[in-house]
Formats: sequence, C-alpha cells, structure tokens
Amino acid sequence: MVNILQQVLNGISLGSIYALIALGYTMVYGILKFINFAHGDIYMVGAFIGYFALGTWNLPFALGLIIAMLGAAILGIVIERFAYRPLRLAPRISLLITAIGVSFLLENLMVLLVGASPRSFPQSIPLKVYDIGGLILTNRQIIILSTAIILMIILQFIVMRTKIGKAMRAVSEDREMALMLGINIDNVIAFTFVIGSVLAAAGGVLVGLYFNKIEPYMGVMPGLKAFVAAVLGGIGIIPGAMLGGFILGIAEVLVSAFISSTVRDAVSFIILIIILLVRPSGLLGKHIREKV
Amino acid sequence: MKKNILTIIGLVILLILAELSKNLDPYLYQIFVFFGINSILAMSLNLINGFTGQFSLGHAGFMAAGGYFSAALSVYQGENLLRLLSFLPRGLAQGIVFFVFLILGGLFAAILGILIGIPTLRLKGDYLAIATLGLGEIIRVFILNLDVVGGPRGFPGIPKLTDITWVAFWAFICFIMIFRLIHSSHGRAIVSIREDETASESTGINTTYYKVLAFSIGAFFAGVAGGLFAHYLMMLHPSSFTFMRSIEILLMVVLGGLGSITGSVIGAFILTILPEALRGFAQLRLIIYSLTLIILMLVRPSGIMGNKELSFYRLTKFFQKRKE
Repeated sequence: MVNILQQVLNGISLGSIYALIALGYTMVYGILKFINFAHGDIYMVGAFIGYFALGTWNLPFALGLIIAMLGAAILGIVIERFAYRPLRLAPRISLLITAIGVSFLLENLMVLLVGASPRSFPQSIPLKVYDIGGLILTNRQIIILSTAIILMIILQFIVMRTKIGKAMRAVSEDREMALMLGINIDNVIAFTFVIGSVLAAAGGVLVGLYFNKIEPYMGVMPGLKAFVAAVLGGIGIIPGAMLGGFILGIAEVLVSAFISSTVRDAVSFIILIIILLVRPSGLLGKHIREKV
Repeated sequence: MKKNILTIIGLVILLILAELSKNLDPYLYQIFVFFGINSILAMSLNLINGFTGQFSLGHAGFMAAGGYFSAALSVYQGENLLRLLSFLPRGLAQGIVFFVFLILGGLFAAILGILIGIPTLRLKGDYLAIATLGLGEIIRVFILNLDVVGGPRGFPGIPKLTDITWVAFWAFICFIMIFRLIHSSHGRAIVSIREDETASESTGINTTYYKVLAFSIGAFFAGVAGGLFAHYLMMLHPSSFTFMRSIEILLMVVLGGLGSITGSVIGAFILTILPEALRGFAQLRLIIYSLTLIILMLVRPSGIMGNKELSFYRLTKFFQKRKE
C-alpha cells in the first residue's frame, strides 16, 4: 500500500511536468488548431538554457528558471513570426510539416552547439529527503510540484482575468469574429506562443532537476506524451491539460513500477486511443455536433 | 488493350534498367534500392493521406509489421518451403518463396490495417494523426517485447533476397495498382471523401468502407516495402521503425504533392538523395535538411507537383508553351 502511494507521489511529480508542457500544446491548439510539433523542442531548449544559467554562471535556481523562461519566450516569438505566421492561410498540413521542420532544426542546432551526448544537470539545490510515515518525499519533488502549481495559477489568472486573456479566449472561439471586433490577432497568437514556451521551458528546467540528465533529443517523447495529456483532458481546455498531465504521469509511473518499464512508452498511447474512441472530446470537453 | 501492352512494355523497360544498374557502384546501387523502397512507402501513404484525405502517421508501424512478419517466415519456414519446391531450380524456388512471403507480410499488415482502421478512421484530422502515430508506436513496443523476433536485440539472420529488380517490380506494381484504383469508380468515391466527407456520404457512398479499403491497401504496400527492406538489410531492429520513419515518409508525400503519385516518387527520390548528397557537410547536414524543408513549405506549400501528375502529355505541353 505504501509502495503504491509512493509511486503515485512520484507520478504526480512527473505529471506536473507533463501538465506544464501540455498547457502550451492546448493553448496553441485552441487558437491555431494545429499541433505544434516543435513544442517539445522548446522544452528541450529551455532545459539547456537553464543548464548554462545554473551550471556555467552559477546563478541561484529561481533566477536560472526565469532566464530559461525568458529565453524560451523569445524563441517562441521568433518561431511563430518566421515559420508559422507566413503560413496562416495555407492548408493545415503545410503548417504541420513546417512544425516538424522547426523541430528537426532545433534538435540538430542543439546537437551542433553542445553535442549529442547527454549532460548531467547542475544540482544547484542540495537533495534533502523527508520520510513521512514510510513515504519518501524529496525537496526537489516539492519544488517541482509547487513551481508547477504556482505557474498554473498565474496562467489561470492571465487567461480568465486579464484583457489579453479575454482576447485569447475570443480568438480561440471564433477567429474571424474576433478580428472584426478589433482584436489584434497577430499579437494574441504571439502572446499565446510566449506563454506556451515559458511553461515548456519551466518544465524543461524542472525535468533537468528531477532526472538529472538532459540531451538534445529529450523533447521528442515528452512532447508527444504531453500532447496525449492535452487530448486526454480535452484539447483547448486549460484545466483539462493539467488533469490529463497528472493522470498520464501517475499511470506511467504505476505501469513502469508494477508491470514493465518497456511498456511504459506505449501506455500513454493506449490511453490516448481509448479516450479518442470512447470520448473524443476529452474528459472535460463538450461534444460539439458537426453542422453542414 | 493498348493500355495493357504499354503497361507491360513499361514494366519490361524498368526491369531491364534495374538489371543494368546492378553493375553500378555499390554505394549508388544501395541508394537506388532505398529510393525504390521509399517510393513504395510514399505512394502507399499518398493513397491514404493524399487521395482519401485521412491523415495517417502510422506508416512505419505497418512497415514494421509486414517486414517482421515476412522476415520471421523466411527465417523459420523458408528452408521448409524450399525443400518442398526442391524439384525446381534453386534460384527460381527461392524467388517464388520470397514472392509469397512478401505478399503474406503485406497481407498481415493489411489485416492489421483493417483492424486498426475500423475504429480509428471514425476520427478526423489531427486526432486521427495522433491516434495512428500512437498505434505505430504501440506496434513497435509490441515488437520490442516479442522474443521470437529478437526483441530489443534486433532480428538478425534474414536471408538476402531483395535486389533492385525486386524493388523495381514492386514499385511498378504499387504505382499501377494505385493509379488504376484512383481512376476507377472506387477511386472517384475515395477522392470524394477527401473533398467533402459529409457530401459524399449523403450521395450514398459508404465512406467507412472506402476509407478502410484505402487504409488497408496502403498498409499492404507498406508491409511489402517492409519485407523488401528486411531482406535487403538482412537484419531488423525496432529502432528503424520509430515515428520518425513515418514522418520521413510523410515528408516525401507532402514534398512531392499530396494527391500526385508521380509526385510521391519525385519526393522519395529527393529525400533519399538529399541526405546522401549533403554527407560532405557532416554536422551541418541535418540542419540544411531541416531548413530546406521549412523553406520549401514556406515557398510552395502544396508540394512540388501539387495534385497534378507528371506525364509526357503535360511535359510536351509545358515545353510548347515555353517556345511560344
């Protein structure tokens, strides 16, 4: 029993990272209706910026996290401006292919800059282990979970309470109508990319702290799984992405602990296919009837 | 009748060319073999993505299924069948056995395609893409845990039966089959699903049937391509069939133009040659590759051929216009 609880606890830490990445997917999908394949690689770049900020410049952890988030925000704007904006009226598949191209580009640039071999992430926070009635909890897990939750609360505040958040919701509901009502769509979309990239970079730094290993291809699988998390919760719905991230993280840790670690990567896809067949709009999504 | 004769002449010319290319430099020869296999994959994916309009990203999974199935048959049953056919000359018997195994591999992939297609083809657009991507990965993880075919160690000892003539033969069959299918009444039904699914359903077309049909034919040829691939490399490993492979095939299709079979062949050619041609740039190779991709999409989003076919008629017309 304690063992199961322990694994659930580990799953929540992993899940909060998935949730952070999934938020970026869900927001971009909500507004542009396309899967930003390069999102996982922004997460990777964020982790590397954090690596240099913490390891080379010896900054404190919070500052390193912020620098990584800022760097990723700039990267997000650049990608949106030069790769996605010219294609806004093109068929969605060209956009998807471009995203795949951007993803390749980021990975290979990183390989060129830092090499393909994995690096160990600077451990700027000394590990402390707490034992609560047989459950083992590390201070890193607490930091990961609290950072993730704080970021999600800020996000919820931005989307629900601010003017730009209102504009974002309007654009995702009906882009043309929003345009007619005088919303500057380009700014809103750029802002969405900024928020998504910031969250992904935070996820990247936290993953570095948690698993202690980063490499240029680290973004591929978590990126896909985070997308699954977004679909699981209902794509385009912000609380859904959080819920999906946590469920996926817990499911994955439980499977690798009690069944087999090689099946681990398949779990998220099996969940995905079940959810798509049973409830395609996701756990929190509403079913929208197709009109002709 | 005239059409059939032309087809046969085309096949014969292609096979003679293939035989001649065996004298080429081994490196060049290998590129041609991969070009052929890639064009089978690209054409079959184009049937699903370009003509039926169902966005599938699981092609590597079907390729793996067909490849592993036919390779396992060759390794475990090949000798038995050869003994049965021992009254024939060994070369011929081997050819027949290989042909049968390739078809069985393809059929295995096609059955898998039907089983996967019936539930997932209810989904649309991006959801279908992610579901098929997921299924492709599930197939790979399943193989990774299957000890009969080596699991994570890889599957060695597959006899080397593929040569360029076989590849050219199958590429030709694939081309003709898809071409004929698209220009038949079934093909028009398939294309109508791409254009407007609701409208075609309301005119009485059984859209599920045609979607699954196109999906399973695509899976069949992916399985055959997998078999050719397996019997060329003599060794299979699950890591050759990650979703990156599916994306690579998709890139060929989109680069050549969705809905153009000849475009797929051109796309396969470019994306087989390009990484080799850039080999001199070492580290920069993959960066140039990805930049080319992005720029191509920005400049010409519909691919090289669009949805048109390359034909002598069009070519001569093009040059006549130039002269005027």
